[in-house]
Amino acid sequence: MLEVKDVRTSFKTDRGLVKAVDGVSFTLERGETLGVVGESGCGKSVLSKTIMGLLPSNASRSGSIKFEGQEIGGPSIKHMRDFWGTQMSMVFQDPMTALNPVMKVGKQITESLRHHLDVSREFANETALQLLSSVGIPEPERRLKQYAFEMSGGMRQRVMIAIALACGPKMLFADEPTTALDVTVQAQILDLLEAQQAERFMAMILVTHDLGVVAGRADNIMVMYAGQSIEMAPTRTLFSQMRHPYTEALLKSIPKLNQASHTRLDAIGGRPPDLVNPPVGCRFAPRCPYAQAKCHQEAPPLMVHDTPGHEYACWFPVGTPQGAEALAKNQGSIGTAVGGQ
Amino acid sequence: MAGSGTAHLRDANEVLLRVENLLVEFPVGRSGLKVNAVTNISLDVKPGETLGLVGESGCGKSTTGKAIMQLPKPTGGSVMFEGRDIAKLQGEELRAIRTRLQMIFQDPISSLNPRRKVEDIIAEGLNIWKIGTPEQREAKVNELMEAIGFDPAVQRGKRPHQFSGGQCQRISIARAVATDPKLIICDEPVSALDVSVQAQILNLLEDMKARYGLTLIFIAHDLAVVKNISDRVVVMYLGKICEVGGPDELYANPRHPYTAALLSAIPVPDPSVKPSERMTLGGEIPSPVTPPSGCRFRTRCPRAEALCAEQEPQIHQVGADHFVACHFPLEAGETLTASSESFTV
Repeated sequence: MLEVKDVRTSFKTDRGLVKAVDGVSFTLERGETLGVVGESGCGKSVLSKTIMGLLPSNASRSGSIKFEGQEIGGPSIKHMRDFWGTQMSMVFQDPMTALNPVMKVGKQITESLRHHLDVSREFANETALQLLSSVGIPEPERRLKQYAFEMSGGMRQRVMIAIALACGPKMLFADEPTTALDVTVQAQILDLLEAQQAERFMAMILVTHDLGVVAGRADNIMVMYAGQSIEMAPTRTLFSQMRHPYTEALLKSIPKLNQASHTRLDAIGGRPPDLVNPPVGCRFAPRCPYAQAKCHQEAPPLMVHDTPGHEYACWFPVGTPQGAEALAKNQGSIGTAVGGQ
Repeated sequence: MAGSGTAHLRDANEVLLRVENLLVEFPVGRSGLKVNAVTNISLDVKPGETLGLVGESGCGKSTTGKAIMQLPKPTGGSVMFEGRDIAKLQGEELRAIRTRLQMIFQDPISSLNPRRKVEDIIAEGLNIWKIGTPEQREAKVNELMEAIGFDPAVQRGKRPHQFSGGQCQRISIARAVATDPKLIICDEPVSALDVSVQAQILNLLEDMKARYGLTLIFIAHDLAVVKNISDRVVVMYLGKICEVGGPDELYANPRHPYTAALLSAIPVPDPSVKPSERMTLGGEIPSPVTPPSGCRFRTRCPRAEALCAEQEPQIHQVGADHFVACHFPLEAGETLTASSESFTV
């Protein structure tokens, strides 16, 4: 349904061209969930905004984005309006700022219904009521007449979801939908998104920095680093046989509940590269415990190696003889890229 | 849950800090109502220990940390530190305590003065208190910069905006350690950081603790982070304590229904654990202006009965170093079961 090919997005800034997304490709079918994982600045949010056509004016993009076979996201916003709401919609990270503070929430839901579907006021109100109760808001009649500030964070995120679902989109972007919420509320919202997705047979792109959030909920996971997709695989494959050293390092650096307290964490040394002048070769090489001379010179292509559907971009993958050899070589010698601050 | 009591406190001679019946209230405008931010919390910390304070937003964990620092002074209760009740100290006497009681804040960038150089930020406490000679102070700054992984020659003259969030948090840690404090209160020090940087900072805190003989109170909402760094964990809800215990025991056998629900709500980075099989807590945290009667957790608790509304549970012992404030605690090894539907308010 969605086909993204070699998308590149860059921003003109005073420091130069920031290549926020640099050659990302994937496909997504109806009913599927793609988890996009990475740390801040890896380009995961810019990627979803690029597909939605929500880029600011200093951005430029190339590559092809096809939705149901039709090329989208051209320069004109007018063209995108036909897609927003009815075809694809988005749930943003911060429900406090994403809602209009001076408009009653009921109006915010009926607004898109009236605009896109051209329905009567009564019908729109009726639908808004149903939507609010379907996203688990008690006393929907009363809530419709309230403003965003009268609600808690979890409630507002439910309203955001109701707005996103109002026109029955075929695809839903959830950009860090639970990052601003508490953990018990996060679980409620993720359950709600999953239930709504199954009921409406939508495609969903779940963008998050938390591998835990996507582990139980996504069909496929794409791991991004410094604007590039570095590993993509079905969820189970990714966790059972991760190949990219960054994916491994990311998972290892998270404190786990089943570890004894005071377990030393495997931190990733250094920090992500500057996207104005990304390093030559593999972008993770300066922080990678497996890195060899080749990694600093030549960028590895993202491709399927042994398992179908499992793509990764690495010369010395984790869990392969080459990787083991490279790691042993680095650990044997001093002065590797590991450590630092 | 969310009860009162002091059963979990240890011998006053063994502890560095002992907080009893801490009460923090804030007025709500001129309405005469008040926010019950922290109500009768008692806790203590032994020298060299890391005490983890964990709970969701609005549970009063940060307020507790700030009240211990006397920022602002608590409404009631005592804070015994080094044999004195610092809640009763004023002016110069209270100021003198601050060299030995330091704090690290959540937002590393806004907690550093953007116009000052790193070396001045770290040396500020030393200069104010004229600790040692100027040469000794400079040596101390160099030593601290090395301890946090900075090269003093290169980085001492830089300003905070030239560093990343993780590096700024390192500077905050060096600043807090500079005056040789006994106790550092870390208020969500890793919440604003990415996971890879979070691991660096947690490791650094452990290193600094060993190197400078520190005692920490570590406040966070992330249960896994708290488990990793703590020797004892206090779980809070709506201004009250739910459960206290050693991290391994508390996480393996949560006795309080809230602790159990909190643990089961954490997304696990393992696809074989299906989220749907876990128990989800319905509803949201009630307003601290009008907290529920009796146990404050009862409105969301799957085990609540009439007694919970009438009587506040007291903290009592359920294991070697394991205390819970609940009328109907879980048995060791028992799992919390409830259909999430029936409790979604």
